[in-house]
Amino acid sequence: MLKARIFVQLKPSVLDPQGKAVTNSLHSLGYTSVTDTRVSKYIEMNLCETDEAKAAEIVNSICDKLLANPNTEHYEYSIEKVGD
Amino acid sequence: MRISVITFPGSNCDADALEVFARRGHEAHSIWHKDTDLQNPDLLILPGGFSYGDYLRCGALARFSPIIAEVYRHAQKGGMILGICNGFQILTELGLLPGALMMNKSLRFICQHQFIRVESTNSPFTYGLKTGIALDIPIAHKEGNYFISQQGLESLQDNDQIIFRYCDAHGHLSPGSNPNGALDNIAGICSDNRRILGMMPHPERAAGEPMQSADGLMIINAVENYFENQA
Repeated sequence: MLKARIFVQLKPSVLDPQGKAVTNSLHSLGYTSVTDTRVSKYIEMNLCETDEAKAAEIVNSICDKLLANPNTEHYEYSIEKVGD
Repeated sequence: MRISVITFPGSNCDADALEVFARRGHEAHSIWHKDTDLQNPDLLILPGGFSYGDYLRCGALARFSPIIAEVYRHAQKGGMILGICNGFQILTELGLLPGALMMNKSLRFICQHQFIRVESTNSPFTYGLKTGIALDIPIAHKEGNYFISQQGLESLQDNDQIIFRYCDAHGHLSPGSNPNGALDNIAGICSDNRRILGMMPHPERAAGEPMQSADGLMIINAVENYFENQA
């Protein structure tokens, strides 16, 4: 079994009001060195595959078709072996 | 006219849309998202609400409803589609309209009366209206902040596809009259062929008594006139 860990992030060119609100909150907590917070989505999934290249192909396709909106988001992922 | 309104799991403005058109004497059909027949509508409506609980991204999961194959077919034939609020989000996720609806700049759900300016009368939904007039149409959304790439925005502007912009009561555009941070104050856009409109404000909630505003009827009336004269 393979586990995919997928991050879906807003593109750098897209404003992230949530990230901005988090930065402001952190500043009011005294963490004044924090800048440019970006809030992203993290998605984990298991795949009943043994071939990592094939799993990568599947994950790419899943991200393109559903998990990320190409207008506003990009994605990256890692794949690793888990269990048997 | 024959009107069809699709109900997705989580739609909640479907009954309002049906009611408003039925009251005006149109044949209004309710279509369940698992149906496979749109009942041959002159106008198809994707209503507001929270289809699939807004999971993943607003409108993203509606794409997998069985009726969507028919929505694409209707669009391909040049059929008229009106997507309101969540319906607009679904149309962008389907790729039938460009861009995306992002979280409001304030991070808040906004429910208020809002003025929008008619930017182009070259669409069935603004047919015969006057450019520059301000309509009072309520908004109710958390993800209505329209975004598109710079190139995409220029294309919308060059092709006169921006149909409504957020404005003040006098029809003036300003940052203060932009409730959600939408790029270029965009409240509604149409497709290349001008037959598909997506808008965040709810004309069906401004269709006269007992509602506070009747300005939504101007949009509905425009569609009726277009249908009579052009379709």
